[in-house]
Amino acid sequence: MSSAPAIEAARLLDLYEQMAVIRRTEKAVYDLFLAGLVKGTTHLASGQEAIAVGASAALRPDDYVFATYRGHHHAMARGASPQACLAELMQKATGLCKAKGGSMHLTYAAGNMLGSYAIVGAHLPMAVGTAWSARLRGTEQVSVAFFGDGATNIGAFHEALNLAAVWKLPVIFVCENNLYMEYTPIGAVTAADHPAADRAPAYRLPAQVVDGNDVVAVHDAMAAAALRAREGEGPTVIEAETYRHYGHSRTDPATYRPAEEVERWLKHDPLDVARARLEALGVTPDAIGKVDDRASAQVAEAVAEAKAAPPADIAEAFTDVWADGGSAWRT
Amino acid sequence: MASVKADAGTISYREAVAEGIAREMRRDPAVVCLGEDIGAAGGVFKTTAGLFAEFGPQRIWDTPISEQAIVGAAMGAAMTGIRPVAEIMFSDFLACCWDYLANEIPKVRYMTGGQVTVPLVIRTANGGGLGFGAQHSQAVENWALTIPGLKIAAPSTPADVIGLMASAIRSDDPVVFFEHKGLFASKGLLPPEGHLVELGKAAVVREGTDVTLVALAYTVPIALAAAERLAAKGISTEVVDLRCLIPMDMTTVLASVAKTSRLVTVEENPHQAGWGATVVSVVVDEGFQLLDAPVRRVASANVPLPFADALEDEVMPTVDKVVAAAESVANF
Repeated sequence: MSSAPAIEAARLLDLYEQMAVIRRTEKAVYDLFLAGLVKGTTHLASGQEAIAVGASAALRPDDYVFATYRGHHHAMARGASPQACLAELMQKATGLCKAKGGSMHLTYAAGNMLGSYAIVGAHLPMAVGTAWSARLRGTEQVSVAFFGDGATNIGAFHEALNLAAVWKLPVIFVCENNLYMEYTPIGAVTAADHPAADRAPAYRLPAQVVDGNDVVAVHDAMAAAALRAREGEGPTVIEAETYRHYGHSRTDPATYRPAEEVERWLKHDPLDVARARLEALGVTPDAIGKVDDRASAQVAEAVAEAKAAPPADIAEAFTDVWADGGSAWRT
Repeated sequence: MASVKADAGTISYREAVAEGIAREMRRDPAVVCLGEDIGAAGGVFKTTAGLFAEFGPQRIWDTPISEQAIVGAAMGAAMTGIRPVAEIMFSDFLACCWDYLANEIPKVRYMTGGQVTVPLVIRTANGGGLGFGAQHSQAVENWALTIPGLKIAAPSTPADVIGLMASAIRSDDPVVFFEHKGLFASKGLLPPEGHLVELGKAAVVREGTDVTLVALAYTVPIALAAAERLAAKGISTEVVDLRCLIPMDMTTVLASVAKTSRLVTVEENPHQAGWGATVVSVVVDEGFQLLDAPVRRVASANVPLPFADALEDEVMPTVDKVVAAAESVANF
């Protein structure tokens, strides 16, 4: 299916490093929350890094990306720094969104990562809209909506797939199927074995189920879908099977997951999968270890910088409502 | 005067919607329309008649009955260089895509720290008086008023439809544009090319000294008719057409109340949480010393809109109800 050239060792090592940075950033968020320095809630993406990194590697810098409230990995995969993400979560003035968005709304428009949306499924029609816009402007940009398995049961998913199919738009719908809608197994509430892929044929869309923990598999599926989209062949649905290492959100210990299932998936860690691929390509454990060390140092530095950053500017509470920068509602 | 051309004709409110959109589409190739039956069909209210013929399928897009996809796609397009004008056929159907009006469109700029801007217009046919029953007759401008981050326009005349449409489409902020079903057949002067009405500027459409009526859209002609009847009773009535709910032109309202010392709001939305409550709260807070009488609100009753004409009249604001309210404060 794919005409993408095979990922070579140096490129794969780079993707491995991106995943390693995301993994360590998410661990830092977890620790900072326990230390009382991150508040509200968080939905960590540990275990799902390969989807963001593999997909981004197959996209152009000007392609559009939309994510969910579990979106730290997508912001970073599109170029947001761990420091700016951590600062946002720690309510700092240097945060990615000036501390007005928080964990669930990380956005990095400079990388055309146009937002993380916390109402399930809401961003799928938006990705259809940016794809429509790309068509109107003749730019050959592709739009990608990443969403969870739970989103496949909400109306916006179906409205978005149908409209995208009817208008044959350059959009890729990527379901991160981590097997649980929140606390409930997706299979218990969905009349389809593959919640996204099995629905695609109803809209005459091609679908592919991939190992979401294999960065190469994700990359290859995305490269093929992006090529198809750019050539005017329309949307593709990709269902990437994966597993989250933590609970749904900060307050969820995920005790509802069977121990043997957790064990099985932890053995299929995206970092381990990539490491095995690297070693098969002749990259030494020592070289991989150096990348791990560099990722650790980068995130440690990001944590220190975020901690040292000034708190959110109170005046920002009244900026950015309107395009003129202000918030006046009356005369 | 030069502004009144010799050949200036009249235009209906219905035709003014298409004319207002067409003027902006001729000006700016980034303006694109989408909605149900808006293309060759010209819209169920014929408010987009002629647009498909002039601009074709690359500018006028027929959609499925998918309100979330319509407004969500408009939002995405607006983020990336397009100025979409999305039609939601009846304003009641805004409830089908309310997530976008409540959670997505008004918040995205703020929660991204200003990284994402959505210059879009959501047009919709609003209001009652036509016997369409409870799910096709509501005046829901107060729904939008509950959400910080949306601008809200609701014109009462064809000229204002064109002038406010131009400002709404040119605005870099999201605008919910309420077109009133009960006004579609009304006629007025066709304004010259380039006619603009700034968002958030109310109009004093009748001057008076005894009582101020603040009205919006469909209630403006009701207030004007009431003012005529009140004049016959010796009560001089000033009528303010608010034109927009956000920005809300309290400067004009407070200046009028300073003149008349008496205020009645004339609203079509239900009394509970209607826009007049916000107007009144500001007047009482900042202009209490201006008032010589209690403030009254004439609004629709707090019941679903009934079907039968007689029942609908009973529930909605009428000239009789406005006259009675204005008299009660004038004679206080």
